[in-house]
Amino acid sequence: MDKKNTTNKTDILCYHCGDVCRDESVEKGGLHFCCSGCKLVYEILRENDLCKYYELGEKPGITPSVRNKVKYEFLDDEQVKKQVLAFSDGKMSVVTFLIPQMHCSSCIWLLENMHRLDEGVTYSRVDFPKKKATIKFNEEKTSLRKIAELLDSLGYEPSISLDAAEKKVRSDHTKKLYYKIGVAGFCFGNIMLLSFPEYLGLEKLSDPEFHKLFGFLNLLLSLPVFFYSASEYYISAFKGLKNKVINLDFPVFLGILVSFIRSLYEIVFQTGAGYMDSMAGLVFLLLVGKVFQSKTYDSMNFERTYKSYFPLSVTVIKSGTETTIPLEKLKIGDRILIRNNEIIPVDSILFRGDGSVDYSFVTGESSPVPKVLGEIIYAGGRQTGSLIELEVIKNVSQSYLTGLWNNDTFRKEKASSLKTFSDVISKYFTLVTLILAFAGAAYNMQESPDKALNVFTAILIVACPCALALAIPFTFGNIMRIFGRNKFYVKNASVVEYLSRTTSIVFDKTGTLTHSRKSDISFSGKELSSNELSLVKSLTRQSTHPLSRKIYEYLKNEETRGVTDFAERAGKGISGRIGNDFVVIGSEEFATGMTSEQNGLSAENSSRVYLSVNGESLGYFSVSNSYREGLGETITALEKKYELHLLSGDNESERPFLEKYFRDPLQMYFRQSPENKLKYIKALQNEGSSVLMVGDGLNDAGALKQSDIGISISENVSNFSPACDGILEAEKFHKLPDILKLSGDSIKIIITSFAVSFVYNLVALEIAFRGLLEPIIAAVLMPVSSISVVLFSVLLSNFVAKRRGFG
Amino acid sequence: MSVIVVLIAVSVLVAAGFLAAFLWAVRNGQFEDKYTPSVRILFDDEKIKEKQENK
Repeated sequence: MDKKNTTNKTDILCYHCGDVCRDESVEKGGLHFCCSGCKLVYEILRENDLCKYYELGEKPGITPSVRNKVKYEFLDDEQVKKQVLAFSDGKMSVVTFLIPQMHCSSCIWLLENMHRLDEGVTYSRVDFPKKKATIKFNEEKTSLRKIAELLDSLGYEPSISLDAAEKKVRSDHTKKLYYKIGVAGFCFGNIMLLSFPEYLGLEKLSDPEFHKLFGFLNLLLSLPVFFYSASEYYISAFKGLKNKVINLDFPVFLGILVSFIRSLYEIVFQTGAGYMDSMAGLVFLLLVGKVFQSKTYDSMNFERTYKSYFPLSVTVIKSGTETTIPLEKLKIGDRILIRNNEIIPVDSILFRGDGSVDYSFVTGESSPVPKVLGEIIYAGGRQTGSLIELEVIKNVSQSYLTGLWNNDTFRKEKASSLKTFSDVISKYFTLVTLILAFAGAAYNMQESPDKALNVFTAILIVACPCALALAIPFTFGNIMRIFGRNKFYVKNASVVEYLSRTTSIVFDKTGTLTHSRKSDISFSGKELSSNELSLVKSLTRQSTHPLSRKIYEYLKNEETRGVTDFAERAGKGISGRIGNDFVVIGSEEFATGMTSEQNGLSAENSSRVYLSVNGESLGYFSVSNSYREGLGETITALEKKYELHLLSGDNESERPFLEKYFRDPLQMYFRQSPENKLKYIKALQNEGSSVLMVGDGLNDAGALKQSDIGISISENVSNFSPACDGILEAEKFHKLPDILKLSGDSIKIIITSFAVSFVYNLVALEIAFRGLLEPIIAAVLMPVSSISVVLFSVLLSNFVAKRRGFG
Repeated sequence: MSVIVVLIAVSVLVAAGFLAAFLWAVRNGQFEDKYTPSVRILFDDEKIKEKQENK
């Protein structure tokens, strides 16, 4: 855990969460806690005799967020309940919560002992890799809302989403794949066993009756493989043909079909032993490749829409009373209440209260924007500060941000529009194989039609693209794992392939090129004494405003003192008395009583926070975005090979700085709306570019979806990120050029593996061409070539990745 | 030699038994979460110990 790396030995660590205890820490029974929240959780656990929680992991706790419980009120709504519960018969209900905070074995233990905290809970089970907890409870003794609140109070805030149902489909698919592998493996093994006399040339020694029996047993065992395990390949091949594409599954299908029919003929008419072993082995290995390729990051969600970010319900004021209604029922003209830290779900007008809206979800920019009465507040922002009342002016799905999801881009699957490498190659492959097979047949026609048919089928069997069909999933699957180990998580293996075809890269600025949390802070004005710095720190400690937090964190070494007469004015600033000094921090007008023309956005696009002590204006802190480490090198490295573009929702104030990196000024666009970004990418694609979009916030969601590959940069992977094809952890941003290079290498690795197996196949083909393919040779050649391809592609991709600096 | 027929029948049956076990395990969801049970098994051990201490 990162949070523990920065502590000194002398610091007192919180017994619950392991954070350093700062001045606001509390003590109880000789144990120290960093905040009252942590202490509260400890007390709950101790009361219920659950302190073993602390023995299982080292400082396992999570500081619970301080929020009001109204948040879960909507879970009492019958309609919402129906959507959230997995099962309910009125008495017993089952719910599965996604709990992103889950992180260690203590968490599992505590969550599986929920029944000791709430007697209504009868059963709870954790799926740690998916970060899910399934809880069965008695509706008469407890309620869904109570359970959600209990989890929240322990620090395990459940993330409730109404569109969670679709994940089940994938798990069923994986199950089917496992069934098929099981069946194929079973049949393959037994067929091999029964073919042993054949391999060793023993059949002449034994009773011909056995020979017959073994043949029919083989036939029997091959039926489930042919009809069940391999069925996916037939379906996929025919789907491809319907769309007039010959995909890689087509030659695979051809190989399986021909080897089955020929073996069937040989066994029934007693002319030979058939190739059922090769057929079953091929299907088995192909399916294993499929599983290898289908590694998924269960705890991550690549399909988020705005619905995952927005609350499920909202508080409405109707004729003076507050009621909670599900979001979909919200109508234009409704009055809604938004509390501190709640998200504004719909475009609306500020009706009452001080608005201070943090759009970090949307833009990546974390400084809140002050809003005055009558101003339109766009959906997606988070209110910070006091409670506000809003009047709804648009439907939820028609709002500024959410309207983006009505765009056609979100209605279609994007991957299908791109031709994969295997699609391209398999067309030629099939063609060449068929020509060879016919040529072989024609060549042998003069001798006898029987031999011609033999040669024809043998070529199709041997040339079956098992090498290719194996090299592709194993290489992409392995590269995907290597990426995962280096904190770049891709949705599926084909992303690796699409990445390699990138020609243009489009960047978002805020939150992507800049840190979303860290900022550069400097003070301009009179030099501050340590006493004055300490005053600033004491005052900013009292406020939850992001700028205050930033300044507070910036002043690491100062002491803090008690503040009296503390006042916070949303959108303006904070003031308070410390000892004999009266300190004001905030906007220029608020802190100094003056407005200079420079106010608002200053030249370097930094937020200025003014300071005055006892009425004397001392200067201002400028808090500006800080760019990610290694940005220069990353851009320079990418520039050589790709066309780079920048699309920012911000104003142009940082243009001069960015011009150092993006040389062509025509490729930098500012003040872009989410819709603009999407259109820009579409335009690039129409010019024939394959676009990689790198973004982070919800405002990039459209662009991420439209682009050929969308990568979302995330500071914390378990946090929200919009729908995308890959999530790159922010600290690995500088790895981007290497990631692109490695994905390009993967294609070369596949071609090399293919070439290696081609040598085997050439030998086999030569033998087959002359009609001399002995069963023993075919039987040995098949597994040797398949396994060597698998080994070769995995080892080569590991080697290349290591050389590219991936661990 | 006909003993081989019996042997083969038995061996295929045994293998089929294992196949059935595998299919049952998949159906039962044992391949869905391959991590949590490894942690859970340790808890149960300690729980018993705890009970003994309480006695």
